[in-house]
Amino acid sequence: MSKLRSIITYLILIIFGFTMVIPFIWMISTSLMTQSEFNKQDSLFIPKEEYHQWDNGETKERVILVLEKEETSIIHVLDSELAIVEEYKEVPSDEVHMIRKKPSFEFSNYVKAFNKVPFALYFYNTIYVSVLSLIGVLITSLLAAYAFARMEFKGRDFFFYLFLSMMMVPQPIYLISSYVLLDKLHWLDTYNALIIPWTANIFTIFLFRQHFKALPKELFDAASIDGCSVFGMLWRIVVPLSKPVIATASIFSLISSWNSFMWPLVMTNRPELRVLQVGLSYFNQEASTQTSLLMASSAFSIIPVLIVFFFAQKQIIASYAKTGMKD
Amino acid sequence: MKTKWKITPYLFLLPALVIVVAFRLIPIVMSFVLSFFDWSLQGTGRFIGLENYATMIHDPVFWQSLGNTFWLVVILVPATIVFSLFFAVLLNQIKYLKSLFRMVYFMPFVTSLVAVSIVWKLMFNEQTGLINTFLGYIGIAPQAWLAEPKGIFLLMFPALESLPRFFHGPSQALFAIIIMTVWKGLGYNTIIYLAGLQNISKTYYEAAEMDGASKFRQFWNVTVPLISPTTFYVLIMTTITSFQTFSQIYLMTNKGGPLNSTKLIVYYIYERGFDLLEMGYASAVALALFVLILTLTIFQRKMEKHVNY
Repeated sequence: MSKLRSIITYLILIIFGFTMVIPFIWMISTSLMTQSEFNKQDSLFIPKEEYHQWDNGETKERVILVLEKEETSIIHVLDSELAIVEEYKEVPSDEVHMIRKKPSFEFSNYVKAFNKVPFALYFYNTIYVSVLSLIGVLITSLLAAYAFARMEFKGRDFFFYLFLSMMMVPQPIYLISSYVLLDKLHWLDTYNALIIPWTANIFTIFLFRQHFKALPKELFDAASIDGCSVFGMLWRIVVPLSKPVIATASIFSLISSWNSFMWPLVMTNRPELRVLQVGLSYFNQEASTQTSLLMASSAFSIIPVLIVFFFAQKQIIASYAKTGMKD
Repeated sequence: MKTKWKITPYLFLLPALVIVVAFRLIPIVMSFVLSFFDWSLQGTGRFIGLENYATMIHDPVFWQSLGNTFWLVVILVPATIVFSLFFAVLLNQIKYLKSLFRMVYFMPFVTSLVAVSIVWKLMFNEQTGLINTFLGYIGIAPQAWLAEPKGIFLLMFPALESLPRFFHGPSQALFAIIIMTVWKGLGYNTIIYLAGLQNISKTYYEAAEMDGASKFRQFWNVTVPLISPTTFYVLIMTTITSFQTFSQIYLMTNKGGPLNSTKLIVYYIYERGFDLLEMGYASAVALALFVLILTLTIFQRKMEKHVNY
């Protein structure tokens, strides 16, 4: 009985597991098809190729078969770019063959996508913005969290609740006014707009504060007797003891700036400033009919994140799992 | 020594405070102020009092986008809770391959919304999409999905035709977006539930077992009540995030179409603010959304106090 239940459990998990990954599998397989093959819709996941070839003993040409008769056939001859170079040519029927290739991977889609979309620039922008924001977040959060967790000062509760209430306000609420503000600062269409507002993260401050509060008091007393300055205490005692929580915060920060879309979409306009997600969304508008290229470029933007995820999945999942826990 | 201690905390707080005040507090206050102006970036704007709010109340597209958002939230949130609790319970029972399954279910959550929106848009394509191909295998006629403005309840029960449009339910286009959004967030919530389940002491189940409770009863009478703090977390977080749905609409639909049937409130704010450059009006809508989210969150927290075990 319990064995049966366990089999059913696995079965359900496998079926739904497939549902979770099928969009990715389809993305990859479509990205490896030629557009004409995708349009034909008869190969679902494994790209294949079917075409006619005219083999006249000397050269092999790719052709389109127009009409097949017993003795002779009428064909269009194609060049290597699949453009017609000779129309309605009559050749002996036994010189025309059907070629079937399965699987046939069109890796050149990735090259084409890379040539069409300035991915190198987009990756550079995204990494630049993500890393600088991360550095800012770590500095501001370590300092502020230390003040909240370990220092007595007037107005501490006030600032604490100020930060807490700011965290509760969703981004779309202040998007318009942020745009007006950045416009007044002449920061629209600059890296400043993408980085500086994101160099403080309230959630990270609270995450660090929680952790700092849990550190034993004796540690600080001992260091204080040894004449350690406040800053020295933070840098030499607290930070080394907080590596796991710093790693967690870094993962959150990097993933969210890598995937952030609405803010950079609104705040920048120049193509040179496009981050990956914004660049991809423009390509989505330009190339809506070029399915294979669109899928190849989506894959481009997903694959780096997935690689990191595969290697650090335990740490990443554990970090996210903690966000739901209340103490 | 004493004075040094007094100034240090503020110095530590300062960098974060400057950023939070400049890029959170000030924009939030400005948002409020802007909503009383006719503001379009050219020039400085003109104070018009409550006119934006008056316009909003008589704006059919505002109400439609609010209605669309309502349907999204009331379907997305329960579906997310039911599915993620279901998978978490299953994952909690198995011995082998647990981390593989966890990884597979979590994958959509870490990938970018932009890329997966593009993929799902093509999957929902009427002629070439994967969804209709699969439906074809089980004998269901191809659906228009993202091109279908008719409500899903109306499609199921044509008799509803005479009712106002709101009661036709979310359009099939919006329903497609809901499916995709559930898929995207499922892994995160499953992981949250899994962490919650691991905190429930085994002794409850042992006691229930001794009383001869079936597995289903154990789930209903032990798991569901004891997991309710997690359920409230998922409820509140999913509600807040689903109110903010934007990227899917931007990427998968043509400006919230067909017939505005996928226009959600945040997309509407974006459209009025950045397409039509009516920043004052857009701010008024944003503020209405804020009040709505705030009220709901407070209401949910009040409920939590009543239901929690």
